[in-house]
Amino acid sequence: MDSFFSIYVWPGLIMVAQSLLLLVCLLVFIAYILLADRKIWAAVQLRRGPNVVGPFGLFQSFADLLKFVFKEPVIPAGSDKAVFLLAPLVAVTLALATWAVVPVADGWVISNINVGILYIFAISSLEVYGIIMGGWASNSKYPFLGALRSAAQMVSYEVSIGFVIVTVLLCVGSLNLTDIVNAQHDGLGTMIGLPASFLDWHWLALFPMFVVFFISALAETNRPPFDLPEAESELVAGFMVEYGSTPYMMFMLGEYAAIVLMCALTTILFLGGWLPPVDIWILNWVPGIIWFILKCLLVFFMFAMVKAFVPRYRYDQLMRLGWKVFLPISLAMVVITAFVLKLTGWA
Amino acid sequence: MGLQAIFFYLFAFVAVASAFMVISAKNPVHSVLFLILVFFNSAGLFLLTGAEFLAMILLVVYIGAVAVLFLFVVMMLDIDFAELRSGVLQYAPVGILIGLIVAAELVVVVGGSVLTPQAAKAITMPIPNPAVRTNTAALGDVLYTNYVYFFQLAGLVLLVAMIGAIVLTLRHRQHIKRQDISAQVARTPETAVEVVKVKPGQGV
Repeated sequence: MDSFFSIYVWPGLIMVAQSLLLLVCLLVFIAYILLADRKIWAAVQLRRGPNVVGPFGLFQSFADLLKFVFKEPVIPAGSDKAVFLLAPLVAVTLALATWAVVPVADGWVISNINVGILYIFAISSLEVYGIIMGGWASNSKYPFLGALRSAAQMVSYEVSIGFVIVTVLLCVGSLNLTDIVNAQHDGLGTMIGLPASFLDWHWLALFPMFVVFFISALAETNRPPFDLPEAESELVAGFMVEYGSTPYMMFMLGEYAAIVLMCALTTILFLGGWLPPVDIWILNWVPGIIWFILKCLLVFFMFAMVKAFVPRYRYDQLMRLGWKVFLPISLAMVVITAFVLKLTGWA
Repeated sequence: MGLQAIFFYLFAFVAVASAFMVISAKNPVHSVLFLILVFFNSAGLFLLTGAEFLAMILLVVYIGAVAVLFLFVVMMLDIDFAELRSGVLQYAPVGILIGLIVAAELVVVVGGSVLTPQAAKAITMPIPNPAVRTNTAALGDVLYTNYVYFFQLAGLVLLVAMIGAIVLTLRHRQHIKRQDISAQVARTPETAVEVVKVKPGQGV
């Protein structure tokens, strides 16, 4: 009985506690990311944004949460009820499940699996199901069209994201996310004799891939300028037309969890994860998670600025960009990277 | 071992139950959703055997791509399900025959490996210690050395299939307006705009 406790119960409890801690931190982070999104958007348009609930509107997201939860959920009479309610659950569960393998600092990860990056890629490729199921189960035209658009869009951009990940993996030689960050200790900067710094991270060595990944991440998470599945002017709200109250909130939560995940993934793959920008003692003294969050916020700031600046793409332009521009570029970069690494023997 | 066994029975039970639902669900969209559940649980079974790379690839390829297209097609089809179901019994003999063949083969495979466990080792590669060589690297070691020609050949077969599908569906219609992206980008004010001085009351 003693061994049963020490083998299964304690590790299980510790894992549950870790997951709960991560989820609570993540949800609070998402609440403020949402607020930041609206504030940045407002600032670009010379508005104030949400400023009523709490000081500077800091509690706006929580007020919104309460509003959604206390509203009456409306389920359309012609809908497929089970799938209709399952869709937002699938969306939010999958978006949160990816966080199990994301290392937020050295060793701070719930499950440090060997195929971490593949796990993230696999689970985020499932997120499209929440949207398709929601669009189909609504039994209505706008949601269905929105779902079809979204499915095609996400499948297209996953291809180039996959190739971008392959180029990074070629440089690292491991599918483990912690290894990917640690491999950025040395790189282009140390090669020419500089001390370890932000020049070693992959964003410089693989700069074209960094750009392709950033734009594909926007398209993958249905962010503006690629928010065609929920384009207001054409499809009202796309696959979410028939949703309200808590199910709608879960879709939004899933969407923002995916956005934060993409920020974290950009940080891990290209911006050196939890590594400090310059290897000096005072920056090394700052905990890794602070650097990780700062880098995530930097990437998210770029996401938010793109939303504020760039007009929405037309659907055929979106498809052309994905298949005729990004796919050949990323495919060529895989070959070039492999050749360079093989010929020079760097990896 | 206990926890692994519990997970094995969980995954296996859900996989078999949802595989049954695939063929018994009334709505084909529900069938595809149950099929996705089958894939998901099979990925779980792969993980239990230590084949983590295969599990993830199953998720990416089958659920992330193949099943999405499946779902796409099934959703767009407008089928009368009652009519489709009415004649289902006439296919029963063929179905039973296929089922019997698969069951016999399973018995042979499982029985063979129980009776002579060393027979399977004759054609398989030794599995390296996961602590030394990761699953992904071990697969690559075999796939890109001993089986590189088969691997490339499989890729070629897929390429031919893809080209075939494109050739079958591609048709170039004449006399319709097409977009020429490079021509659009190459436009300048000189080629696109003409400044005309119009006298009042005369028009262009």
